[in-house]
Amino acid sequence: MRRLVCGAAGVAVCLAWFSPALAGFCGFYVARADTKLFNKASQVVLVRDGDRTVMTMVSDFKGDLKEFAVVIPVPTFLRREQIHVGDKSLVDHLDAYSAPRLVEYFDGDPCRVAMMERAMMAAAGPPAAKADVNIRARSLGVTVEAQYTVGEYDILILSAQESAGLEAWLRENGYKIPAGASAVLASYLKQNMRFFVARVNVSEQIKLGFSSLRPLQVAYESPKFMLPIRLGMVNANGPQELFVYALTRKGRIETTNYRSVRLPSGMELPAFVKEPREFARFYQAMFNRQVQNDDGRTLFLEYAWDMKWCDPCAADPLSNDELRQLGVFWSGGAGAAAIAGPPDVFLTRLHVRYDNAHFPEDLVFQETADRTNFQGRYVVRHAWTGDASCQAAVAYRSSASERRDEEAQRLASLTGWPMTDIRRKMGLAQDLPNGAWWDRIWKK
Amino acid sequence: MTDPRLYQIAILSVLLAYGMVRLDFDVSLLRVGLLLGTVLGAQAIGDSIVARYSRLSRTSVNYRSALISGLSLCLLLRTNRPEFAVFAAVLTIGSKFLVRLRGKHVFNPTNGGLIAMLLLTNQVWVSPGQWGAAPALGVLFACVGTVVVNRASRSDVTFAFLVFFSALMFGRSIYLGEPMAIPVHRLESGVLLLFAFFMISDPKTTPDSRAGRVLFAALVAFGAWYVQFRMFRTNGLLWSLAACSLTVPCIDWLLPGASYAWPFRAAADRATVAPRRAATARAALNRSLVQRSAI
Repeated sequence: MRRLVCGAAGVAVCLAWFSPALAGFCGFYVARADTKLFNKASQVVLVRDGDRTVMTMVSDFKGDLKEFAVVIPVPTFLRREQIHVGDKSLVDHLDAYSAPRLVEYFDGDPCRVAMMERAMMAAAGPPAAKADVNIRARSLGVTVEAQYTVGEYDILILSAQESAGLEAWLRENGYKIPAGASAVLASYLKQNMRFFVARVNVSEQIKLGFSSLRPLQVAYESPKFMLPIRLGMVNANGPQELFVYALTRKGRIETTNYRSVRLPSGMELPAFVKEPREFARFYQAMFNRQVQNDDGRTLFLEYAWDMKWCDPCAADPLSNDELRQLGVFWSGGAGAAAIAGPPDVFLTRLHVRYDNAHFPEDLVFQETADRTNFQGRYVVRHAWTGDASCQAAVAYRSSASERRDEEAQRLASLTGWPMTDIRRKMGLAQDLPNGAWWDRIWKK
Repeated sequence: MTDPRLYQIAILSVLLAYGMVRLDFDVSLLRVGLLLGTVLGAQAIGDSIVARYSRLSRTSVNYRSALISGLSLCLLLRTNRPEFAVFAAVLTIGSKFLVRLRGKHVFNPTNGGLIAMLLLTNQVWVSPGQWGAAPALGVLFACVGTVVVNRASRSDVTFAFLVFFSALMFGRSIYLGEPMAIPVHRLESGVLLLFAFFMISDPKTTPDSRAGRVLFAALVAFGAWYVQFRMFRTNGLLWSLAACSLTVPCIDWLLPGASYAWPFRAAADRATVAPRRAATARAALNRSLVQRSAI
């Protein structure tokens, strides 16, 4: 039986890295986060302008590819030409470009007003014969509107008169439909949505020579600017992570039926956070805490930036050709861009942890005119440790000490980590240096 | 406190402060100042022009209504460009003076200003999701909103609208076989409650008769449903209210009611130019104040 991966398929999100050569521009590469920062995560790229949408779905399915299947409600019928198999590296690049990052600064000698700055980023059963399929489908009220083989995928576009027939058909054809899916299928059917069903054609895959699943891409025209997540929650075992990268022409996207907010960003953190595993731990803990603070009902903005540039760059902006491959249809491609310049593309990266209780309905988006840049950016500022004996150095050391205490408190507040652990890792005494602040007022 | 607009100003201010501090609304203090300054300035200019053309001895500026419109813009209007915020504020107040029929302005000022900006530019937006759907917030809205609509004596249109809109949301979900959590989530929307309690209840732009107001509420609810679930566009409530406002003269003609939408200015000016009739005018003024209390 194939394991059904509904909606955007379950994947583990990789926070991909930038090359050391690149880092020379924005600073020096020091560390990177764990590739499996978030479990049960999906990545979807939505390219949208007007009513036109190109959706790229990335699956990091682990297991026997014969068991992989995806069922996605789509608002329109899809012709063969509207379906494409893309390149996973494009999404990895997009991920790296937009990933939350750590920036590192070094305090200069307080006795000399020179300061060196250094930036560091981290990121954060075989199908039945066609004729038989159609006959059986008709008897169940299911219409196989089209059947394609695209790359390594066998794809069906299904419509149905009623969900019970569709569910029965899917079960008979080896799809493991979770209990409760029928009601969800029914509601999509009544909204005149089709079902895009894809599974891996192993022989095609061997022929093509790919060892991992490549992302499926669909292009369609519909006023619906939404992402169906309900089907994927039917058999979900706990909350799921979803990363949405929207490439739009005008500006940032946001959800209209859920709150989307910016993640805390720009704050100074203790230096130990720059250790590769620590930064990953920090980001996970901070995200968990934000989700809890917002009662698990919010989407978080991790990145919003004009695709033409970045500062600091966690990876190069995507080239025109890469954007075109992801579906940026208003880009003329590499050749045209040489004449017309890069296309107007604004990237929004949203991160959501969702479950049925807190996200009962599908995500509905709107494009705004907001082109304000935002990035998840965290700062490590190293204190000056060299010799300095001037009067300014005394004041500097005092302020640096206070700064470390503030950083510890900030980290505790952002992550919920125990203060004792934080102070131990920072190499600080467990108590504040001179007791509480009031102790210092009358201290003789 | 007899003027319900003061309640409204207080409640909208609290909601704005809550949104800015707790919900990270994309509106800065500077923008709030700009919007409020512009609406108050535009109102003063509009009132002085009207006073001049009416040959009144003294200009009576309707600051409270302007402040309500301005606060509503702060809650709803989003744009990165200050000049568009100013333009929206001018259109909002301008629509009150320029788009009038039978002594009533046609569009709720904030609604008119927002829709005009959405039609004329691509630089503004409304963020319906900014309130989230915290049930507690919904209760807060409902409570304070009820106070306002009750004092404004136009609670019928609000409650009729909520009944019709809820029926459409629940009816749709029952038809589709969706869990009831979905319509409940939609009805918890902060922007829906803001709209129901503070915008559609505008006594200046709703029909005069109770039957007319209930019909109007039904039309607005259906229009909002149509925009959201048939056209799949955002801000169905705002578009629907603007479109349905055009039907109010017809509804008033079909279902005439006691026109207690007394012109505030006439009452105020009578008080100014005819002291002998001041007592009568004050009574009229009091009644008109009750009717001008929606955004």
